[in-house]
Amino acid sequence: MYNKIMVPVDLAHLGALERSLTIAADIARHYDAEICYVSVTANTPGPVAHNPAEYEKKLAEFAEAQHASHGQPTTSKMFVSHDPTADLDDFLVKAVALVGADLVLMATHLPHRVDAIMPSHGDKIAAHTSVSVFLVRPRD
Amino acid sequence: MEKNPQQESAADSPETSEGVPSPDGAVNLIDTDYVIGQDNVTAAPLGISLDIHGKVFAISAIATLFFVILTLALQTEIEPVFNAMRDWLTSNLAWFFILAGNVFVLVCFGLIVSPLGKVRIGGTEAKPDFTYVGWFSMLFAAGMGIGLMFYGVSEPMSHFDTALGGVSMENGVRTDWAPLGGAAGDVAAAARLGMAATIFHWGLHPWAIYAVVALALALFSFNKGLPLTIRSIFYPLLGERVWGWPGHIIDMLAVFATLFGLATSLGIGASQASAGLTYLFGLPSGNVTMVLLILGITSIATISILAGVDKGVKRLSEINMVLAFLLLAFVLFVGPTLVIFTGFFENLMAYVVNLPAFSNPFGREDANFSQGWTAFYWAWWISWSPFVGMFIARVSRGRTVREFLVAVLLVPSLVSVLWMTAFGGTAINQFIGSGFEGVREAALELKLFVMLGELPLTEITSFVGIVLVIVFFITSSDSGSLVIDTITAGGKVDAPKAQRVFWAFIEGGIAIALLLGGGLVALQAMAVSTGLPFTIVLLVGCYAIFKGLMSEPRG
Repeated sequence: MYNKIMVPVDLAHLGALERSLTIAADIARHYDAEICYVSVTANTPGPVAHNPAEYEKKLAEFAEAQHASHGQPTTSKMFVSHDPTADLDDFLVKAVALVGADLVLMATHLPHRVDAIMPSHGDKIAAHTSVSVFLVRPRD
Repeated sequence: MEKNPQQESAADSPETSEGVPSPDGAVNLIDTDYVIGQDNVTAAPLGISLDIHGKVFAISAIATLFFVILTLALQTEIEPVFNAMRDWLTSNLAWFFILAGNVFVLVCFGLIVSPLGKVRIGGTEAKPDFTYVGWFSMLFAAGMGIGLMFYGVSEPMSHFDTALGGVSMENGVRTDWAPLGGAAGDVAAAARLGMAATIFHWGLHPWAIYAVVALALALFSFNKGLPLTIRSIFYPLLGERVWGWPGHIIDMLAVFATLFGLATSLGIGASQASAGLTYLFGLPSGNVTMVLLILGITSIATISILAGVDKGVKRLSEINMVLAFLLLAFVLFVGPTLVIFTGFFENLMAYVVNLPAFSNPFGREDANFSQGWTAFYWAWWISWSPFVGMFIARVSRGRTVREFLVAVLLVPSLVSVLWMTAFGGTAINQFIGSGFEGVREAALELKLFVMLGELPLTEITSFVGIVLVIVFFITSSDSGSLVIDTITAGGKVDAPKAQRVFWAFIEGGIAIALLLGGGLVALQAMAVSTGLPFTIVLLVGCYAIFKGLMSEPRG
């Protein structure tokens, strides 16, 4: 059914991603799919890394560690943005085609009225790609 | 452990690489236990997520509100206090500002010729994030765009006027505002002196001020791995203490200077655009027009920052440059072309010849000029430097120090010379050549339009002029909001969108409140007063640049 699952991750907020990472691993095992972990980072120093090269290395290590825990093949892809706050959605939409994903699985928040003016990233990805998008909401 | 055959990093392969080119090469990181964002507060009130540096954000926001209310409530009492503060600073400490300005220029030139100029911002292998055009547009639009519109005609004219008037003494004290010794009665010499004085205020010195802040920030952020916020410059001096209160205070001061500087300029700019609209189209001049202008500018700036640096700020800056270039080209070719072209070199020469006298900090006889103009300008540029410098730093990754300084120091200075020669020179020529008194007599905010009125196609060019004033404001306002947001988020550039919108609205709000309630001049005086502490920040910056560059690998 699915061959390559794209999972957007922010290494600074791994705690909030636990559910989506587990579900991605379960689906990948079920369909024997590969998982590609995608990150968009700023070119300035941040909480995770001093520079993009360091972030890229950490992302690759993260993908390797995920592979070790669930056994499915993993890859990683990092994008550098001048302004991740504004460009995140665009990069993720581009990433779907670039990595050749047929399923996007990502964490999102509970729906809220503010979404009408500032939609969640998940909403935007689903609206702008033709592949299936699985939005994982936090437990209530 | 099972081998994972597919583990690879897709960003290495150029054909799949997207966005900013991946860096890096060798850098010499500073080893600190501080984690960027460790003091931040994250919350999501009403579904709006926030990620802010608790202390810097809260105190800056509350103090800003306090100052605005205080200024509005006690306008008549406050204004003299702030004005007195500014006057005291620019008259008693004029030597300090002028001396510091010279230090910044010398540091920049020193770095251009020294082997340290080879260090690359972002690591030995880093590639530039932006093309020359995009990069240059952004640094120019953020740096001084609006001032060129406001002072392009009026400042050369003022200096020409006072220089022509010559020296006048009263009780042994000079009462005239002429630069240096003036040029009483000598029209040609007065024109040269007036242009040279203007270029002095818009040339190497202001750009050296920006360059020092920008270079220090870029170095400590991209090469040393410290957060992109003003306090990082102090790391070589204060060490780990910059993450505590000394650092908080430096950052808060930067927020004030930026916010008040932008808000007052926004108010002053709105008055120029509104005066222009009235002059051209007979629109009712007054508060309604100005408030609508500020609302419009703030809304477009908000859209721009929501679209981000690449799709918003950069594009607007480029539009801005194209418009400015068209207007400049128009004045060049329709105005007295030959006079402008020969004037360019003459003015440049006059600038170089008079530079030592203009930049002499001690024993000046032209106190009115050196204190009222030069020291005021230096304090004003310096109070803008955290904002412009930080924005320039953010878009300058991948350039070598030498390339950076040439582009931030020399190129904009030459553009300023050309701009001032074209606009100011044309106005002076209108007076000398045909005795046209209009520009001399026009109000400050109208001088540009009166000058354009003497050239053909007035309606079109004046309209472009007004649009430029507005767009220049938008590009200052959007980059300013981004900078304040980054500082109040502890150096994070990926804080939630709501925060940058908040700061853009605050800027517009302050501008409107002060425009209606009065107090723009008072707050401008206060913004200028922040120039003093920042002069010290910049001097520390010079030390930090040398210290930081010495330990960097040279490409």
